Amino acid sequence: MDPVIRVENVTYSYPDSDRPALDGVTLDVARGSFVAVLGSNGSGKSTFAKHLNAILLPAAGRVLVDELDTAKEDDLLAIRRRVGMVFQNPDNQIVANVVEDDVAFAPENMGVEPAEIRRRVDGALKQVGMYDFRLHAPHLLSGGQKQRVAIAGVLAMEPEVLVLDEPTAMLDPKGRREVVSTVEALCRDRGITVILITHHMDEAARADRVIVMDRGRVALDGTPAEVFPQADRLRALDLTVPETTDLILRLNAAGMALPTGALTVEACAAAIGEALA
Amino acid sequence: MKNIEVRGLTHVYSRGTPFEKTAIDSLDLAIQAGMTVGLIGHTGSGKSTLISHLNALLKPTAGTVLLDGEDIFASKAAIRAARFRVGVVFQYPEYQLFEETVFADIAYGPKNLKLDKSEIDRRVRQAAAFVGLDEGYFDRSPLELSGGQKRRTAIAGVLAMEPELLVLDEPTAGLDPAGRADLLEKLFAWKRARNATVLLVTHDMTIAGLCDRLVVMEAGRIVLDGTPAEVFAQSGKLLSIGLDLPPAAHIARLLREKGLDVPAGIYTEDQLYEAVLALWQGKGGVPC
Amino acid sequence: MLKDITLGQYFPGDTPVHRLDPRTKLLLTVFYIIALFTVGSWGGYALCIAALGAVMTVSHIRPGALLRGLKPLVFIIVFTAALNLFFTTGDDYLFRWRSIKISYAGLERAAAMVLRILLLVSGTFLLTYTTSPLAITDGLERLLSPLKKLHVPVYELSLMMCIALRFIPLLIEETDRIMSAQKARGADLETGTLPERARALMPLLIPLFVSSFRRADELALAMECRCYNGGEGRTRMKQLHMAGRDAVAFCLGGALMAGILLLRRLGI
Repeated sequence: MDPVIRVENVTYSYPDSDRPALDGVTLDVARGSFVAVLGSNGSGKSTFAKHLNAILLPAAGRVLVDELDTAKEDDLLAIRRRVGMVFQNPDNQIVANVVEDDVAFAPENMGVEPAEIRRRVDGALKQVGMYDFRLHAPHLLSGGQKQRVAIAGVLAMEPEVLVLDEPTAMLDPKGRREVVSTVEALCRDRGITVILITHHMDEAARADRVIVMDRGRVALDGTPAEVFPQADRLRALDLTVPETTDLILRLNAAGMALPTGALTVEACAAAIGEALA
Repeated sequence: MKNIEVRGLTHVYSRGTPFEKTAIDSLDLAIQAGMTVGLIGHTGSGKSTLISHLNALLKPTAGTVLLDGEDIFASKAAIRAARFRVGVVFQYPEYQLFEETVFADIAYGPKNLKLDKSEIDRRVRQAAAFVGLDEGYFDRSPLELSGGQKRRTAIAGVLAMEPELLVLDEPTAGLDPAGRADLLEKLFAWKRARNATVLLVTHDMTIAGLCDRLVVMEAGRIVLDGTPAEVFAQSGKLLSIGLDLPPAAHIARLLREKGLDVPAGIYTEDQLYEAVLALWQGKGGVPC
Repeated sequence: MLKDITLGQYFPGDTPVHRLDPRTKLLLTVFYIIALFTVGSWGGYALCIAALGAVMTVSHIRPGALLRGLKPLVFIIVFTAALNLFFTTGDDYLFRWRSIKISYAGLERAAAMVLRILLLVSGTFLLTYTTSPLAITDGLERLLSPLKKLHVPVYELSLMMCIALRFIPLLIEETDRIMSAQKARGADLETGTLPERARALMPLLIPLFVSSFRRADELALAMECRCYNGGEGRTRMKQLHMAGRDAVAFCLGGALMAGILLLRRLGI
C-alpha cells in the first residue's frame, strides 16, 4: 500500500473537556482509495478530519501527509494544498458571489498564474458538473449544487486528498445523490483519495473501506462487506445497520444462505432473486 | 374533534415581477384529527409553503385554510388563535433559541399565550420531559448545549404550547442515527399521550413508513395520497418524480421485476422478510 | 416577504457600457458627480440629462428600471423640494397665503435641487446596474492599491465587501426564517408600544447574531483550508485591462465636463 496519509498514535483533547476526543488513533490511508468514516456524535470523527490538514494539531503522536508532518509550520500551506476540506454547510464555505470567482479563490491565494487559474477553475467546475453555472450567484443554487461548487473550490487546489465532513447532512435525497456520485467519480476516475465522514450507511456502503469510530478510537475498520454484517457491534456503537444487511442476516438466521456482503438494494435484490430462482 | 382543511389553496411568490413563481396550485387537503400524516416531496415541491399557511404565517393568494370549519384568515384574532392551535417546528429549529436559560426559552410560547405562572411552569416541565430533556439543564444557556439537546429544547418550546396540530419539518435532519430514532420515538409518544394530529414533513422514507397516511407533493400539487402501503405500491411514480423508496419497497420492486411474486404494498423490512421467507419455503426451503 | 426585495441591482448584459473596465466606470461616475455640482445653468442640466440618456440607450437600461430604483427616495426628494420651495425668499411671489409663500426663485431652486438629486442617483444607479458588485469591489481595490504602500489593508477591505455582498441574501433569508419560527411561537412583532416592540425584536436579533458568528467562524475555517493567507502574494484570475473603449469613455467624460463649464460661462 502507498499511504498518502499516515496517522500515528494521535491523541487530542479539547481545552474544556476532560475526555480525549482522539485517543491513540493509528491508521494509514491508501492513495486513491475511498474511505468512509462512521460514528455517532462525539465519536471523534470530525476531530479526526480536522487533523488531516493541520486545522488541529495532535497533542501526542503525528500525522503525515505525503511524508509532511502537519505539526511543522513551514509545511502548512503545502499540506492544506494537498488535503482539501469540504464542510457540512455549503453556504458557509463559499466566499464570492459568482460561482467561478469562488472556485478561483484558493488558486488565487496560492499565487497561481492567471491563465492557469482559469484552466483549473474551468476544469474543476466541469469535474463536478457545474460548468454551465459558472456565472451564477451561489445563493440561487440548490443545496446539492452549492456543495458541488464548494467541492470545485477545493479541487482547484489540485489536492491529493479530499476530506468531506458530513457534506450531505443538510441536503435532500436528490442533493445527497448528486454529491455522493460526484465524490465517487472523483475517486474512481481522477484517482483522488476521498475521506467521507457521514451518518448515512448507504453512502458508506459505496466506499472501499469503512472506519467506525467510537469515543476517540477506531472501533471497526474494514471493507463495507466486512463491517456492516457485524450488526450487534454496530448497534452497540449507536449506529444503525443498513436495512439490506439486516434483512439478509435475518433471512440467514432463518436458514437461508445469502451473501452478507450484498449491501446496496440492487445487490440485495440480486442475491435474494438468485436464491429463489 | 379538530380537523384541518385546506381548500383551493394557491400561493404565488413575487407576483407581477419576473420572479413570479406559483409554489402551490389550487391544493385541497383535509386532515382528520388524531392522524399522523407524512408529507413528502423534494425541495421546491411546495411543502414548506403549504405548512406556512397552516398557522397563517403566509397568506394565500387564493383559497383558504379551515380549522374545525372556521377560516383561520377571517380576522386578526383568528390568525392569532391559529398560531397557538397549530404548532410548527421548522427545519433546524435550534436556530430560534434566544433566551438566557433553557427554561425561559421553552416558556416563551406559553408566555405569549398569556398563561399564568404555575401553568407555564407545568407546561415547560411536561414538554421537557416529553423530549427527554433533564430538568438539570433548565438553568443552563441553550447556546451551551450539544446539537441534539438544542434540538430537543427547541421542539419542547413548541410542544409547551400544547398545539392540537403539530407540524414538524424534517425534525431529525442532521442528527446521528441513534439521535434520529430516539427523537422520533419521543415525538410519537407525545402524539399518543396528547391525542394530537401530526403532520410530518420528511425525506426519510423509513420515517414516512411510520405514518398513518402519506401525501406526496410535486410542483405545488398533491400527486399521491393514501396509506403508506398504497403510496409505496406506486413505486414507479415515486421514482419518476425523483423520490426515494424505503429500502424494503425498493428491493420488493426489484424482486417483482425479476418475476418473483412479492406483493406490491410491501414497505417495511418485516413485511419483506415474511414475504421472502414464504417464497423460499414454497420452493422447499426449510426454516430453522 | 423580505425575500421579495431585489438585491444587488446588477442587470447582466453585454453592451459597451457593461464591458468597460470597472475602474473607468468608477472614475467616470466620480467625474459625473463633480460635473453635476459644477453645473450652473439649465443648459448644463440638459447636457447631463442627454449624457445620462445616451448611457442608458447604449447599456439597454430602461427608464422604468431607474424609476423603480428611485422609489425609496421619494420622501427625500419631496422633502428637498418642499424645503427649497417654501424657504427660499425672493422678490416675486407666485403664491402667498398667510405665512406660506412661494417665490419664483424658490420654484427654480427646488426644481434644480430635485433635478440634481435625480441625476446624481440615476448616475450611480447606472454604475451598479451595469457593473457587478464584484467588479466594483475589484475596481475599487485596484484604484486604491497605491494605499497599500501606506499599509492600508486594501485587499482585506475589498474581500470584506465581497463577503458582505455574498452574505446579505443569506442573512435576509435567515431573518425570514427566524421571524417565522418566532411568530409560530406566538411572537407579536407588529403591535405594542415602542419599547415593547424593541423588546419583541430580541427573539429575532439574538438568533441572528448567534448564527452570524457561527457563519463567520465556519467561513474563516473554510478560507483557511483554501490556503487563505492574507493579500500578500495573491494573484487574480481576472485581470483588468483598459481598452480602446475606456479611452473613448474618458474622452466623452472630458467633453461632458468641458461642455458644462462652457455653458456655465455662457450662462445658458
